[in-house]
Amino acid sequence: METVYQAQISYSQFLSETGKPLQPLPDWTGEPDKLVRYYRNMVQLRQLDNKIIALQRTGQMGTYASLLGAEAIEVVLGDLMLSDDVLVPYYRNHGLQMFRGLPLADMLSYWGGDERGSSSPAMGEDFPNAVPIATQALHAAGVATAIKIRGEKRAVVTVCGDGATSKGDFLEALNVAGTWQLPVVFIINNNQWAISVPRSIQCGAPTLAQKAIGAGIRGEQVDGNDVIALHESVTDALKHAREGKGATLIEAISYRLSDHTTADDATRYRSNEELKAAWEREPIKRLQTFLHDREWWDEVQETAWQKEVSQIIQQGLDSYLQLPPQPVEHLIDFLYAELPEALKEQRERLIRNAQPGGSHHE
Amino acid sequence: MSNAITMVEAVNLALKSEMQRDDSVIVLGEDVGVNGGVFRATVGLREAFGIKRVLDTPLAETMIAGLSVGMAAQGLKPVAEIQFMGFIFPTMEHIICHAARLRHRTRGRLHCPMVLRVPFGGGIHAPEHHSESTEALFAHIPGLRVVIPSSPKRAYGLLLAAIRNPDPVIFMEPKRIYRLNAQIVEDTGEALPLDSCYTLREGADITLVSWGAMIKETLEAADLLAEQSISCEVIDVVTLNPIDHETILASVAKTGRCVIIHEAPKSCAVGAEISATIAERNLLNLQAPVSRVTGYDTVMPYYRMENHYLPNTADIVDAVKATLEFS
Repeated sequence: METVYQAQISYSQFLSETGKPLQPLPDWTGEPDKLVRYYRNMVQLRQLDNKIIALQRTGQMGTYASLLGAEAIEVVLGDLMLSDDVLVPYYRNHGLQMFRGLPLADMLSYWGGDERGSSSPAMGEDFPNAVPIATQALHAAGVATAIKIRGEKRAVVTVCGDGATSKGDFLEALNVAGTWQLPVVFIINNNQWAISVPRSIQCGAPTLAQKAIGAGIRGEQVDGNDVIALHESVTDALKHAREGKGATLIEAISYRLSDHTTADDATRYRSNEELKAAWEREPIKRLQTFLHDREWWDEVQETAWQKEVSQIIQQGLDSYLQLPPQPVEHLIDFLYAELPEALKEQRERLIRNAQPGGSHHE
Repeated sequence: MSNAITMVEAVNLALKSEMQRDDSVIVLGEDVGVNGGVFRATVGLREAFGIKRVLDTPLAETMIAGLSVGMAAQGLKPVAEIQFMGFIFPTMEHIICHAARLRHRTRGRLHCPMVLRVPFGGGIHAPEHHSESTEALFAHIPGLRVVIPSSPKRAYGLLLAAIRNPDPVIFMEPKRIYRLNAQIVEDTGEALPLDSCYTLREGADITLVSWGAMIKETLEAADLLAEQSISCEVIDVVTLNPIDHETILASVAKTGRCVIIHEAPKSCAVGAEISATIAERNLLNLQAPVSRVTGYDTVMPYYRMENHYLPNTADIVDAVKATLEFS
């Protein structure tokens, strides 16, 4: 017998749960700019998340998937992706979408049941949210195939949850990315829960990152609550992709501090003790302590920023709430490049029914 | 007829022709490269256009469809092959949830100009899962185009149209007639119109509506009936979604009688849609109920029994006579 293959999965973390360095930090952390920006962006996301949930509770927003606990992942990816990289998101990346330029009002309109939320030119070539599980991983591989065929130096980033790694689409995407050396960075936001199903019964492998090994690509685990660790892993993976060296799978260990969505009640399946323990590891407090220790952030700045963020969010909310309804013919007009003859009668009926006196007039 | 080519050769010619014209056309699928496809539809393309434009993919149909969506959103025009209709089902989430609605759900910001080619239908003594006719599953999906040629010339012109069309197209190739009836096909680069029926034969007494391989039996039946002084109009529907009802309705308005012929099972099939539309919009012109000659509502049999399943010329002749005798 001989060993024909051996592999290891590394786990990287720079800051302890209490914000103390666990190992020598990268040089860039010697300057406050980037870390303070990360902190401010995470604070903004958390306040926004609370606001959207409140809107949903008062009937002004549809079912919403919270970002609580995913802030570090969203903020770091948003910072490191370049504008000509392509994001192929799932339904828990709206923070990242905003950091890539999506106006807040557009983001809100997606969750508020309006297709125009995915139409903003600010989204560039980025895909709209994938709601079906793991399908986005294959679209990312397809985008990366196009980039590779054209010989461009761009990276594709796609994100999924831990549950999605059980699906064939995810594994097929890793597989083709490996065999064709595609410029993709696969991020697993392993927040430990797929609605009510815990990570422990999602998969028998000790890490999700090791799924990369079967596909012949690089795989690693990183603390998903640690912006410094995320920064290092994602920077390296993006560089690897842009240089044409192939794909990387990053399993970011986080925790879903919220319900799955506003339609879910996690108290049915999750203990308070577990949730309480997870709050000890969350990303914002950890970075705040680190910044306080360095004297890069204080209470006065905190109060001022919270107030400023509140105003920014209110502006976005105002434009969202004032958005005029879509013309009813939008139900049909974007199906095909040209309206087929066969749909003309239905389109006329749709418009007629929406007019005063029509059966669907509001 | 030395320049005559078969339908599968016409598919190959159209691919070659459009790949020469348009660098964004990429062929991908299982065995499409070195092997030239299991039916040889892609033979010679890899040699002519290289490995960056003719991609031998890993053996994973979901991946082929998902990859095509990603490539198409980037402005490429992927022409993917699914080897047999019986293997298309893993692609359906990507076709229905993404390809068919990418333009719609982004309000035109992105779109999906992909073609999924798939040989379908029975009659070649193929193994299990190789002979299904499940066009209705796709014809039901808003945002898709479903196109089925029935001759080498139409395969050439329609495939060019499918590749150039900015919408996703399921291009179903009736493999029973892949190598039947060669025709001279000039490589003119001229596409045929999509979403239009083709009237293959004009007639006065009855309208026969069909598509794909069953066009062969339908035309044979029309010949036999002509010997008995029964004049059949034969319509090849070609594009099942979005469907051109107007041509069919105009013909039935003229003849007052209609028989619809397809290989797929009878219930909830495209024939039912055509029949319902005639009833909705042309009832008073009908002199007899619309009749359907179809496969049975059962599993496609293994090859020893497939002739019991497939409609034949005599079935069509009988249905026409019964319709004409209705009073």
